[in-house]
Amino acid sequence: MLKIKDLSVAVEGKQIIHDINMTIQTGETHVLFGPNGAGKSTLLMAIMGFPKYKVTRGSIHFKGKDITGLDVDERARLGIGMSFQRPPVVRGVTTRDMVSACLKGHGDGDAITKLAEKADLQEFLERDINYGFSGGEIKRSELMQLMAQRPELTLLDEPESGVDLVNIALIGELMNDLLEKDCPIADRRCMGLIITHTGHILDYVNARTGYVMCDGTIGCVGDPHEMLATIREKGYNECIKCYLGRMQLHEQK
Amino acid sequence: MSKSKTSKTYEDQAKAAVNKAAAYGEDIDIKDYVNPEEKYPYQEDPSKLEKKTKKDMLDAGIILDDPAQRSGTYLQMDSTPVHFSASQEGVEVMALSQALEKHDWLTDYLWKAVPIDSDKYTANVELNDNDGYFIRALKGQKTVYPVQACLYMAQVKAVQNVHNVIIAEEGSELHIITGCATASPDEPGLHIGVSEFFIKKGARVTFTMIHNWNPEIAVRPRTVTIVEEGGLFLSNYVLMKPVNSLQMYPTARCDGEQATVRYNSILTAGKGTNLDVGSRVLLNAKNARTEIISRAITIGGNIVARGYIEGNAPDVKGHLECRGLILGERGTIHAIPELKGDLAGIDLSHEAAVGKIAEEEVEYLMARGLTKDEATAAIVRGFLRVDIEGLPPMLHAELKKAVAASEKDLM
Repeated sequence: MLKIKDLSVAVEGKQIIHDINMTIQTGETHVLFGPNGAGKSTLLMAIMGFPKYKVTRGSIHFKGKDITGLDVDERARLGIGMSFQRPPVVRGVTTRDMVSACLKGHGDGDAITKLAEKADLQEFLERDINYGFSGGEIKRSELMQLMAQRPELTLLDEPESGVDLVNIALIGELMNDLLEKDCPIADRRCMGLIITHTGHILDYVNARTGYVMCDGTIGCVGDPHEMLATIREKGYNECIKCYLGRMQLHEQK
Repeated sequence: MSKSKTSKTYEDQAKAAVNKAAAYGEDIDIKDYVNPEEKYPYQEDPSKLEKKTKKDMLDAGIILDDPAQRSGTYLQMDSTPVHFSASQEGVEVMALSQALEKHDWLTDYLWKAVPIDSDKYTANVELNDNDGYFIRALKGQKTVYPVQACLYMAQVKAVQNVHNVIIAEEGSELHIITGCATASPDEPGLHIGVSEFFIKKGARVTFTMIHNWNPEIAVRPRTVTIVEEGGLFLSNYVLMKPVNSLQMYPTARCDGEQATVRYNSILTAGKGTNLDVGSRVLLNAKNARTEIISRAITIGGNIVARGYIEGNAPDVKGHLECRGLILGERGTIHAIPELKGDLAGIDLSHEAAVGKIAEEEVEYLMARGLTKDEATAAIVRGFLRVDIEGLPPMLHAELKKAVAASEKDLM
């Protein structure tokens, strides 16, 4: 289980998100909607524990443990994994090296080959990681690494952005594998939190709970498909209006 | 070396340059070092050398216990050639002094590539007791295993003057590994090595040099390579161990059409190490090609990483890549890539980057579960991973081993 309580995060001294509360039960996948600049990525980065993202208030508990003060690598080893939206190129470090590091000795060259076949990245294993990769290749490579890492909590930042229709089906397949969607929920050990701006990914991956983020906080919690229908029809402006309206209602009380 | 073989004019030219400082690097007073007095006995079987000496040489890539892995061996201690042999037909490996006795024509090659009056170091080699290796592949001969040469400094506070000549005759193929090492772990010394390479039409030479000096040694190599039509020169240089002062700017002249030169160098400088190292290629004939790649890491030392490509003929192409990594708080890397072209139809480019390890890359690897140290090590290892096109797999493996062995010291 992931439990986020009253979380506020600042980047370079500037408050970006505040008062976030969220609970993801084991086996569940939740979706974060929101306009650009709402603070969605900041929340993911803070859960992963990147040092630039400073928790100024609140706490993050994972598997019953307070991880608010842990380093990125400690969180990764505890079972949190993240797909990067714009991962850096690391010259001289090959895709194979990365997958091998993710496997942490729990698999050999054969395991790497199988993963590469699944992600359709056989030709990329000996290339420097992310060097000259297209948008879709980056997404697949990120998911392939996560499949080697097998995190219990998978954080996905816009897995569908910059991906064409052919690729998106494959990406959906990889995500379903990663989130154990073929298992009944009670048997799963994995959970997921997915950022999506457009919501396309919901056509491929099922999710149980959705959130709309705006202005650095969660404005709305509900059924993600219902939310998406509203957003598609009326846009985020309507969400913001609704959120602000309800804020006023709260304040009037 | 037999001075009678070289002309009087050489001596005069050298004398005129005895005080000529080099264009780059700290000026070294050669008088601070003595000429080595001791002569060493010739070793018929180099595997019988002292264990410690063999270990020093092995660290510089010189294998003496398994002759099957090499097609020839040359060993020199201070100014004495102590062993030379060739095990493959069509390959000559011997002391330059002996080669001059054997081949009358060889004097035509001396100081033909490297000007004798380049600076006081080249002059010093001519004017003092010196010897070096002569390696030659006969026309059309292709070696499979590399020829190895080791220049070993035994006497402390001495100057080692070396003059090497390498000739790859038409259509031949030659792989050379040279390793330099010192007996003392911390006594000063000066090594001056003049090397002249002649790569004839269609010949291919790979030259891999691994340096294993001590923190007090000063080194001034002077190397020029002349590549004829369709020839290939591929040079790899690895310096992972401390040295006091090293300045070199090996130069290759592509004088024949479609001549190709590649320089790869990996340099590391710890505290107290001063390196001024570059590679220079003159593309003097149509369709000549070059690629210069250097990787420099400082962990407290100073590195000037130079590179120079000059295009003097139509349709030449050259690329220079110079990347520096600053590990730790101190240390300087000064990258100076230079390109010069004075006619249309040439294609020269360069890229240079100096910096510390990108936090973003470290964090990316940490997000996959690597500790900060493991992530840093992986990035440094990646930085040093230079894929060398055209190097035989065996040499590639040895080069990788040499770099890997030193990575631990680096971290």
